[in-house]
Amino acid sequence: MLKKIEAIIREDKVNDVMDGLNEIGIVGMNLFEVRGHGRQGGVQLVGRAGTYQVNLLPKIQVNIVLNERNLEAAINAIIKSAYTGETGDGIIFVMPVDDVIRIRTQEQGPGAMIYPGDIDERKKKR
Amino acid sequence: MDYPISAGDTGWILVCCSFVLLMTPALAFFYGGMVRRKNVLSTLTLSFIFMSLIGVQWILYGYSLAFGPDIKGLIGGLDFLGFRGVGAEPNPVYAKTIPHQLFAAFQMMFAVITPALITGAFVERVKFKSFLLFSLLWATLVYDPLCHWVWGQGGWLKEMGVLDFAGGTVVHIAAGFSALAFALVIGPRKGHGSFPIEPNNIPLTVLGTGLLWVGWFGFNAGSALAANGVAVNALVTTNTSAAAAGLVWMLLSWLDGRPSTLGIATGMVVGLAAVTPASGFVTPLAAMVIGAVAAPLSYYSIRLRERRRLDESLDVWACHGMASTWGMIAAGFFATLSVNADGANGLFFGNPAQLGIQLIGVAVTIAFAFGMTYLMARMLHASIGLRVSPIEEEVGLDISSHGERSYS
Repeated sequence: MLKKIEAIIREDKVNDVMDGLNEIGIVGMNLFEVRGHGRQGGVQLVGRAGTYQVNLLPKIQVNIVLNERNLEAAINAIIKSAYTGETGDGIIFVMPVDDVIRIRTQEQGPGAMIYPGDIDERKKKR
Repeated sequence: MDYPISAGDTGWILVCCSFVLLMTPALAFFYGGMVRRKNVLSTLTLSFIFMSLIGVQWILYGYSLAFGPDIKGLIGGLDFLGFRGVGAEPNPVYAKTIPHQLFAAFQMMFAVITPALITGAFVERVKFKSFLLFSLLWATLVYDPLCHWVWGQGGWLKEMGVLDFAGGTVVHIAAGFSALAFALVIGPRKGHGSFPIEPNNIPLTVLGTGLLWVGWFGFNAGSALAANGVAVNALVTTNTSAAAAGLVWMLLSWLDGRPSTLGIATGMVVGLAAVTPASGFVTPLAAMVIGAVAAPLSYYSIRLRERRRLDESLDVWACHGMASTWGMIAAGFFATLSVNADGANGLFFGNPAQLGIQLIGVAVTIAFAFGMTYLMARMLHASIGLRVSPIEEEVGLDISSHGERSYS
């Protein structure tokens, strides 16, 4: 089973999250600059004369497709590296993925999601 | 009678002329940074098109209407159409030591930037064709006559003794109150007040501020029309007022939250606009007071405008109109013959009458500029329309008016 993680994180936590995921061997991911808000609501900015409220905040969305067996490890890595304890730390969505096809090799299914040196290869070695 | 040309004066005013030209693209950057990214090119164009538009108008007839031989104190005659007779010989009425053509070219740069200032009122929604027509009408029916009244030989406000060294009335009050009138007619941008309309690129505004400050030396110190002590004093007062206003604005912004970069830049420009009419008549310490008072005046004018939900989008009225109104009044207090023997004493130097004259100058300029602009804008609004369609506004004027985008 393949799963997809969409993690919305703080802009300033991007490098921490990438490092955290790399550490456990999650290497394939896409990053998006997104704007939105959850419980944090917005933030107050200073304008020309006085302040104003901005409701949509810049965030980074990290998309990862991976085998279900690695899901928990990935989620834990993201939580560990994106956490500050303040509102605005973000949120993680998990959803099923029907299929994966690698364009260059036409590999299909979960096997297409294995990278040299990734979390699965490391498990094998052990 | 022959007037010998001074190489020093001519060299200095040639430089000033170039500096003041630079202020128009500087203003384009100043404004361009404060709009949304879909309207950057449009906003830049609204300013710098005047280098072309007035660059032609001024040669053809603008200079003649403003500075031609006086007709009843109201307008210049047509003797200088096409710069005819405006050549290397000095015109002793205006500047004895530089070529007449240089005086005319220096004045052209003022005529270029003034209508560009107004564009801050209607960015992100104005129809380009209507804007061009309005601008040409405004230059012809507001700027040229007003310029004649205040600076033209025989102009009625000049004869009355109104002190306006470098354009407090002609440039800043005229532009500021015209902006207010235009904003009332064209109405707010879509969504104004319901969501924040954020500046796309404050660094661009900071760049514009820096270039404006430099250009302002040409604007104010150049208005001495000579490389002399009055020019130096004007340069120092200009710098001092801008510095003080920037500091005070920073403090006001800090008290309301944080010392905002956009706020500091705004304060600096406010200080520059405020000291303009007084720069050649007052001392550096008086200029410090002028800048320090101008900052809260404009700051709370912006607040007032926001509370009234008026979308005078880039605060031309608050930052130029109100600041220079104060600068004109301040000249009535602080002007001293010890700074400029061709000026006058103000109230603090034993001449309370000057304050009254200044107030008349301000009131006439406000009434004339506001009234004429309101009338012209209303007429254009009712005929060819001032606004782009709602969908064009939504898409942004870069694409819908100019078929380009700033960033791709």
